[in-house]
Amino acid sequence: MYGNAYIDPNEKANAMLAGEDPIKLAEFEARIARGEKIEPKDWMPKEYRKQLIRMIEQHGHSEIIGALPEGTWITRAPGFKRKLALMAKVQDEVGHAQLLYSAAETLGKSREDMINDLITGKSKYSNVFNYPAYTWADACIIAWLIDAGAIINQVANAKGSYGPYCRALDRICTEESFHLKYGHDNVVTLATGTPIQRKMVQEALTRWWPPIMHFFGPSDKISSHTEILMRWKVKMASNDDMRQQFLNMYVPKIWDLGLVIPDANLKKNEEIGKWDYTEPDWDEFKRVINGGGPCNAERLAVRRMAEEKGRWVRAALLRKDEKYVTPLA
Amino acid sequence: MEHIKELLYKMADDLLVIGHRNSEWTGLGPILEEDIAFSSMAQDKIGHSQALFQILHELGEPEPDTNAFMREAKQFHNAQFLELQNDDYDFSTIRHFLFDHADQLRFDNLANSSYEPLAKVARKIKGELKYHVFHADIWLNKLGNGNEQSHARMQTALNNAWNYALGMFEKGDYEAQLIADNIFEGEQSLQNRWLSVITPIIEKANLKIPAEKDWEPILGGRKGYHTENLEQLVTEMSEVFRIEPGAEW
Repeated sequence: MYGNAYIDPNEKANAMLAGEDPIKLAEFEARIARGEKIEPKDWMPKEYRKQLIRMIEQHGHSEIIGALPEGTWITRAPGFKRKLALMAKVQDEVGHAQLLYSAAETLGKSREDMINDLITGKSKYSNVFNYPAYTWADACIIAWLIDAGAIINQVANAKGSYGPYCRALDRICTEESFHLKYGHDNVVTLATGTPIQRKMVQEALTRWWPPIMHFFGPSDKISSHTEILMRWKVKMASNDDMRQQFLNMYVPKIWDLGLVIPDANLKKNEEIGKWDYTEPDWDEFKRVINGGGPCNAERLAVRRMAEEKGRWVRAALLRKDEKYVTPLA
Repeated sequence: MEHIKELLYKMADDLLVIGHRNSEWTGLGPILEEDIAFSSMAQDKIGHSQALFQILHELGEPEPDTNAFMREAKQFHNAQFLELQNDDYDFSTIRHFLFDHADQLRFDNLANSSYEPLAKVARKIKGELKYHVFHADIWLNKLGNGNEQSHARMQTALNNAWNYALGMFEKGDYEAQLIADNIFEGEQSLQNRWLSVITPIIEKANLKIPAEKDWEPILGGRKGYHTENLEQLVTEMSEVFRIEPGAEW
């Protein structure tokens, strides 16, 4: 599950291209314009490599951190069917992290370095996982709507220019489409269930709506200059376009279930075919992404603890004569 | 049918409880690949448990969800070994190794049980257990022969686990009847076969089974006596289900 890469708004376009060989750069851009994929051993601008590593790495981190809020509900899932399905779903998410770290490794950063950057707080993960899953219904809403958002983002990015990332995303999207069905089935069960169940799911939706609206990243109006990243097919869709796509696909389904979305301004503007909504609180978004959310400290502490507890296992696996090999991707 | 129910309950509870424990590694393993491996095994164990609860249901017991999620800890028949906390990866790996070999040998035997519904399920399950045992053997060997620290950790974990593991072979009240009816070979026979299978693998991992004079099986689990760990596990497992037990979740 993943929203959108958080791109530093202070980076300027001309600085991104400084020092690049203009002929190689032109060839590179022509290849992308023709729809070719860039492969690990091909020439690429330094900034392309840097942005992709950051983006794929953030995506990988989001998968393993995302396993935490949902993972706590595996041991509480009500009944065999739900327990088995949630285990399989969260296992998929961890598997996605494995695929993504492998894809990022082809760009020259080891998995170990990426995980170190995660647990030291140097690299980010999807902001949405800094919020708690208070009840079983929260886990159901995450599985449906956060995964739905992730699919929109990932289907777009799967058409990007970096071969290993696209191939990983193709596999990930196939699995995510099952998660979406799983999540939807859960929410339907609760929304059509007993009064207690309906109350649980409504409360979960109310809690999760602001993070869902934040999920695709800041509004294009205040977002950074991403023209080069779009041209390089690193970033494939604007944040607002993805948000609109999500609203278009899922608001009617949510309303169909008789659930109330906590935004009085939410309605489709039929003239322009777009949704009006209350602008999400982007100060809150920035505060949370920079460590001020309800679960940032806890998520990283759990991940650090897992890394620390597993250190002796990894040390026991090391062989002096074995060389580091970049994974095939 | 009480003898068959006794056998099914202890197996179903063993698998439910170890499946639950295995699933607790999700997101927390020492490497991602091990999160994924333990999750796969957890899914198999929970699935196997469900299959056995289904047979119990066909014998007149409550339907699987209610049976698994609504009993109190003292009504569980799992061996205490399986309810202990995961602790570190050393204990989890040792338990995985000791339990899965017993589990595989048990289902191998039950594949020829005279009680056909169980034999049928056992024939399907035993194919999956091959991979659980394969995984356990690899890790026992890697960590037993890894470095000084991993070796010491694994030996300590084996020492701590051993008497609990022997408790898996606690006999039930209907033991003699199960053997006489060719339903199950019996716990003593199973334990003997288990020892002969695991001993060479443990030796190859450079580890030692505790001296026989110190063997004191920790019993009681089969009769509903448990550690406080099971109480916590059952409370957590049934937390959502008990909000509205009659509802569809």
